[in-house]
Amino acid sequence: MQSIHVRTTINGQAAEFLCEPRQSLLEVLRDVLRLTGTKEGCNDGNCGACTVEMDGRIVPACLVLGAEAEGADILTIEGIAEGSALHELQNAFLEGAALQCGVCTPGFIVASKSLLESNPDPSEEEIRFWLANNLCRCTGYDKIVRSVQAAAGKMQQETTS
Amino acid sequence: MHWIDYYRPSTLEACLEAFAKHGASARALAGGTDLLVQMRAGRLANNVVVDVKAVPELNEIRYEPGIGLTLGAAVPCYRIYGDPTVQREYPALIDSVSMIGGTQIQGRASVGGNLCNASPSADAVPPLIALGATCRVASVAGEREIPVEDFCTAPGTNALGEREVLVSLNLPAPSPDSGACYLRFIPRNEMDIAVAGAGVSVRLANGCFDSGRVALAAVAATPLLVPEAGAALGGQPGGRAAIAAAAAAAKAAARPISDMRGTAEYRGNLCEVLTRRALEKAVERAGGTLG
Repeated sequence: MQSIHVRTTINGQAAEFLCEPRQSLLEVLRDVLRLTGTKEGCNDGNCGACTVEMDGRIVPACLVLGAEAEGADILTIEGIAEGSALHELQNAFLEGAALQCGVCTPGFIVASKSLLESNPDPSEEEIRFWLANNLCRCTGYDKIVRSVQAAAGKMQQETTS
Repeated sequence: MHWIDYYRPSTLEACLEAFAKHGASARALAGGTDLLVQMRAGRLANNVVVDVKAVPELNEIRYEPGIGLTLGAAVPCYRIYGDPTVQREYPALIDSVSMIGGTQIQGRASVGGNLCNASPSADAVPPLIALGATCRVASVAGEREIPVEDFCTAPGTNALGEREVLVSLNLPAPSPDSGACYLRFIPRNEMDIAVAGAGVSVRLANGCFDSGRVALAAVAATPLLVPEAGAALGGQPGGRAAIAAAAAAAKAAARPISDMRGTAEYRGNLCEVLTRRALEKAVERAGGTLG
């Protein structure tokens, strides 16, 4: 019964931690590394609140073991803003009132960022399918979808100007 | 979750040795979308987890023209639907892996894991059966091949021995005049479990069905191959009459239960409709016409 020493990269910075083999990446982020921006919702992969990017692909952190982070490149909500400058998605969510209680928001932001990187101008349907694994029990999704569209528009303006 | 030990072997040999040593107390971890959930719920008694994602043989997608596709058991859905060769040669596989879970789940979940989990409603399994896929199973004692339709033995159980590992799925190369499709019915647009599903493949020759295979999801204790439906196609003119006969055979072979997702009667009707529509799509993909 031994803990595991894991070396990884989180939000661009080298990180290492000790975890029990049974601990999920979500538990490690929140309880060991105190990166509490990533939220625990259902803890079984349905709700998307714990969405993080791992080696360029979004995954539910509750369904990844902490030990699997060895050598991986992980992006959490804490790595989305650049210093005090919010990401366009974060601005758009604030301006579009796309959050109420906020528990689902980090997952939506991380998942949306991943979408816009592969598809900078998604249709409403593409947004809704991409975010189908993220549940919100407050806003009813319309404001979230519109905010992702608004951020996509802003980001495209920035790249063309 | 109870205490576990975690291993991440980097060779198939080391992986098989881990299963030889730990037997039934070990479980393979690919995407974890079923395994970790079931362990947390206390439904599994294993105390060893063998992460198979560093084993090359379980993580390859390799296509050899004229031979077929070797799909590592741990390859996640997104790598499969992102692969141009699989998109071109196996659209029925793309149908299924792009409807399993949502984006995040597709970032983890594997076809091999979907098969090993042996759920009757597993979306990846009917298209594998329809495409004539076989399982490469290995242990320290040697290897064997199992047709996918014989792999699931009951809900949640499969043909693997205690020391065996599913290494890969081998799909024969599709002939140019063949087509396949997987369709499922759920009452919403995404993120749900099949009420029923139909995976089909057809091969056309001179305006006729040369052969066909039909497999169903969620209407029996295991994913179900329906030989009668394939027989209703073989040698028949390639039109709607043979498709209707195959669809009726699928409905007749279904042995569904009634539960919160649908009644047995409803599921039977779905089998007929889904099989018909999937066959129509498969004919279209094969370059044929329905007349």
